[in-house]
Amino acid sequence: MAGRSKKYRVLIGKPGLDGHDRGAKVLARALRDAGFEAVYTGIRRTPEEIAAAAVQEDVSAVGLSSLSGAHLRLFPAVVEALKQRGAGDIPVLGGGVIPDEDLNALKQAGIVEVYTPGTSLAQVIEAFEKACDRHHQGRSKT
Amino acid sequence: MNREDLLQGLKARDPRAIARAISLVEDGDPLSETILGSLDESRIEQALVLGITGPPGAGKSTLTDQIILGYRARSQRIGVIAIDPSSAISGGAFLGDRIRMMRHALDSDVVVRSMATRGRLGGLCAAAGATVRILASSGCSPVIIETVGVGQSEMDIIRLADVTALVLAPGLGDDIQAMKAGLLEVADILVVNKADCAGAETLAMDMEAVARESRDKGGSTEVCMTVASRGEGVAELLETVAALEKIYRQGGEHGRRRRHAHDLEVLDWALELLRPKLLEKIAKSGTNRTGDPRLKAAAILKGF
Repeated sequence: MAGRSKKYRVLIGKPGLDGHDRGAKVLARALRDAGFEAVYTGIRRTPEEIAAAAVQEDVSAVGLSSLSGAHLRLFPAVVEALKQRGAGDIPVLGGGVIPDEDLNALKQAGIVEVYTPGTSLAQVIEAFEKACDRHHQGRSKT
Repeated sequence: MNREDLLQGLKARDPRAIARAISLVEDGDPLSETILGSLDESRIEQALVLGITGPPGAGKSTLTDQIILGYRARSQRIGVIAIDPSSAISGGAFLGDRIRMMRHALDSDVVVRSMATRGRLGGLCAAAGATVRILASSGCSPVIIETVGVGQSEMDIIRLADVTALVLAPGLGDDIQAMKAGLLEVADILVVNKADCAGAETLAMDMEAVARESRDKGGSTEVCMTVASRGEGVAELLETVAALEKIYRQGGEHGRRRRHAHDLEVLDWALELLRPKLLEKIAKSGTNRTGDPRLKAAAILKGF
């Protein structure tokens, strides 16, 4: 059971108009196989829709996938939408076709980790694990 | 979110508080008892619990989406519990029912919660009953429960729901014949979805025969035809749900079902709470792992 007693809930979303969700689905399945409960919202969602779903599902992390080049606009918009719903504590991770020169800007906008093509699934899952660990710790302290 | 914020938030219908309360109860957190003890029992009594069940691919999520639309047109606040199976190997789950319901994502009066079965058989998850109560207490009525895609024996929904719709579609073949001794006998509404597809008429005739048989025995089973992808037949389905709810409430069936469900859920939890104590007793009962297990169980429970 992936060596963990607590079940982590995460949400995988695809903001924007890009309809290519093979990567998002591969990741959601890999998370399932690593013992996570992964909620998938499907393609072409707005940042607000993804944030609202993340709040209703009480997830400990949100993963975003973008292959369209609109990540600089969309990923920070999800972080912002979460904050507006009082859920700024939920960490946001991103991945997709993202040029190296954008990585800093995304991290500065509050995206915890950003993964580009060639990253192993194990590495991404470890990042989700860490993000969820931290979120759960914060959750039980309050 | 501290305890007071959580309880205040629940009263104020704060989406985060509702969602967190469900998680805490699902994870068996010590706060669960406080949360469950704070709920509004009269709202829970008044709420309609609508079960949507059926084999995989029959159109449960698409129909649920349309049912939400129908109730929202009447300004009702809706709760949806969408259940998918947990992996038996990893314990994880892919929860994808929401994809069909995302058009309601920004509607704060549609509260959708995806849940994994977490090893529970029967088509529900262990926290389904508690989640129904949390949602109903927050003003949701109906609370819709969409079960995992079921076969013949996943009947737990019948217990928990006030009205259960079994969604079927043409082309599922002999599976439906095989269900005759299972869900078909006990569902309140038999929905023939994908009614525009070949084979729908035959399926509807078969279902009418099942419904007649049930009515002959004093039941009130109804048959509805829908094309969920286009919303056709959904208004009639909701009328049927309302009519059955009225019959059940007036005839005492509603109360009987709720009491029965309550007792069984208490039993479930009692057994669950007893489990660690029993395991301890078993471990202490000696190193001998042969002999009849049933006789051993009786011996352990002697004087209980």
